[in-house]
Amino acid sequence: MAFIRKSSIWIVYLVVLLALPQFFDSVLAISIFNQIAIAIVFALSYNMLLGQGGMLSFGHAVYFGLGGFLAVHALNMIEFETIYFSIIYIPLVGAFSGLLAALFIGSFSTHKAGTVFAMISLGIGELIAASSLIFDSFFGGEAGVSGDRTFGPSFFGIEFFQDVEIYYLAAAWVFIATLFMYLFTQTPAGRMANAVRDNPERAQFIGYSARKIRYISFCASGFFAGIAGGLFALNYEFITEENLNAVTSGRVLLMAYIGGLGYFIGPIIGAVILTLMNSLLSNYSELWMLYLGIMFVLTVLFLPRGFAGFIMMHQIAWVRGKLSSLVMPYLITSIPSSLFLMACVAMIEMSHTEEEVFHYLWMELNPSGLATWLITLFIACSSFYAVRLLLPQLKDAWERANTIPEKESFGK
Amino acid sequence: MLEVFIFATLNGLVTGLLLFMLASGLTLIFSMMGVLNFAHASFYMLGAYFAYSISLYLGFWAGLIFAPLIVGVLGALVERYGLRRVHQSGHVAELVFTFGMAFLIEEAVQFFWGPDTKNYQSPDLLDFPLFTLFGQEFPAYRGFMIGISISIFIGLYYLLTRSRVGIIIQAAITHPHTVANLGHNVPFIFMGVFGVGTALAGIAGVIAGPILTTFPGMAVVLGSIVFVIVVIGGLGSLVGAFIASLLIGLLQSYAIASDVGVQDLLNVLGLEFDRNHPLTDLWTLTLPQVAPILPFLLLVLVLIFRPTGLMGKREQ
Repeated sequence: MAFIRKSSIWIVYLVVLLALPQFFDSVLAISIFNQIAIAIVFALSYNMLLGQGGMLSFGHAVYFGLGGFLAVHALNMIEFETIYFSIIYIPLVGAFSGLLAALFIGSFSTHKAGTVFAMISLGIGELIAASSLIFDSFFGGEAGVSGDRTFGPSFFGIEFFQDVEIYYLAAAWVFIATLFMYLFTQTPAGRMANAVRDNPERAQFIGYSARKIRYISFCASGFFAGIAGGLFALNYEFITEENLNAVTSGRVLLMAYIGGLGYFIGPIIGAVILTLMNSLLSNYSELWMLYLGIMFVLTVLFLPRGFAGFIMMHQIAWVRGKLSSLVMPYLITSIPSSLFLMACVAMIEMSHTEEEVFHYLWMELNPSGLATWLITLFIACSSFYAVRLLLPQLKDAWERANTIPEKESFGK
Repeated sequence: MLEVFIFATLNGLVTGLLLFMLASGLTLIFSMMGVLNFAHASFYMLGAYFAYSISLYLGFWAGLIFAPLIVGVLGALVERYGLRRVHQSGHVAELVFTFGMAFLIEEAVQFFWGPDTKNYQSPDLLDFPLFTLFGQEFPAYRGFMIGISISIFIGLYYLLTRSRVGIIIQAAITHPHTVANLGHNVPFIFMGVFGVGTALAGIAGVIAGPILTTFPGMAVVLGSIVFVIVVIGGLGSLVGAFIASLLIGLLQSYAIASDVGVQDLLNVLGLEFDRNHPLTDLWTLTLPQVAPILPFLLLVLVLIFRPTGLMGKREQ
């Protein structure tokens, strides 16, 4: 019974992964799912470093990118029949190249955590990104390297011509990678990684080498980042220098942080949110990166544990059965706050648009009219004021739901 | 050969001193708050953009005065309402916050000024050759850059070691509680130092904008190199930052000016390789090609062999 209860969430996860293309089968949806799948593995591998091991890396894309590059080269070797195996094993090629890179780089970068580690990772990241533009024959310069996934032996008759087929392959790899990354957190090495993150000195007192523990997490993280890189290579059939430079490293940091460090599910949430923003929001607005930046800074300021942390904040209220008492205050506060958000977005977009008429939601606004500006500004200010007025009520309700009244605690 | 060397030295000096203006603020902020400000180069970029906008109406010199002031106030606000709040969540959160600020500032600059390069010009007043050597002219503006950087270094050094304000700041770095007990407002000092540090970055932006071009990627170009300098010089050491800035500036300048490569080395050794060799990229590597990666190579080497940097204090 216990086993079934424990594994039920994994079964749900697997079913969701497999069922998604049944509900959304457009080309766009499938390509987004593929991106999400890659992002999940990548963000989870990053969380192994930062969330579990306390190592802030600014160069995690190196392992992703190197994995991807070797995977593309492996695809080319399959095409020219230098090697012969089915392309479903390509992510393993990426994984082992990520692992090799991590084995080498980790051997000197994991001496210390904290700022020193962050700086070394930044240096290595810049170093490899810059050298990738020099060594043309391996990295292909600015154009990158491309391959073709349709060669090699077919897998039970599947030739991987279509993105859906790649999705199922990616889903299988994502499930396996997620499962193994979760299992890693349960091993003594994973547990000790947490201990070293929180207090390296004590961990050393009980006889563990903090460095060795960091090294193990680092290598495992490089391994899984390589899987993500291999999946990327399979999905896009090409890879460029951009996939191992600081932009990609920054993006994975954003994913893990916005999703929530320290919770296993956090990076998954972050990967889904960021990929959706990337592929959906960018259709509506050129400024989506600006919104992403604002969201990230606000998350760091007000939700230091990310979205997963925000959800987990309600655990006490949930256990006490008081969650329903929070629904009304949340709803009431959310009305003016979403008004405020919409007004702000309208102002940002209006100041950026070059068209005569600006289509916003169902309205048609005149971006050069003074009246439009004054009304939006008025809505923004008044809704902000309303939020300020309503916040104390929300806070009260929150405290009532979370603190145990004295009578209750004495009665038991 | 000599003229190449002299001009490479002069250009290296300009770059090095410019880098120092950024690094000095960064290292000062680090020694106070223990946080490496990832957004430091973004304030440098803001300085250039503000100066550009001001120079359109009031000319270059007004920009030189007002742009750093605006940047300094912005920096102080970021410290007061952002960094101080995140401080409770620890160093990693602070580092991540400044990283987020860097990201946000870059996007904001693109929002307000657009993604294209701005035509930010050096003033006409300095548009003459300072001197001519071997038939090559050295622009007066570069001499002006050297002058400003050196006077800032001297001024900062004097302020920190000789003035009362400097003594309080130095005391607040090592003994914040004692300084607070003596009646000084330590959080305010922190805010002030952050503001001054970002203003210094702003000045660097104002004077570098016309030469290094003013575009939204200028922070990224310089940002990581400034980090390299601060780490190589030893975190928190002003003198170390000065030496490392000059070192990096000269190193890059010499590497770009030189025309030696692996091929020459192989010729000296009497080796020869086929053009079709799989490692052909390695055999045809030249020094100007690897110039951009030299600082990072140096950073990694320093961090491995001497993690405290050139002038850094030994960790307890």
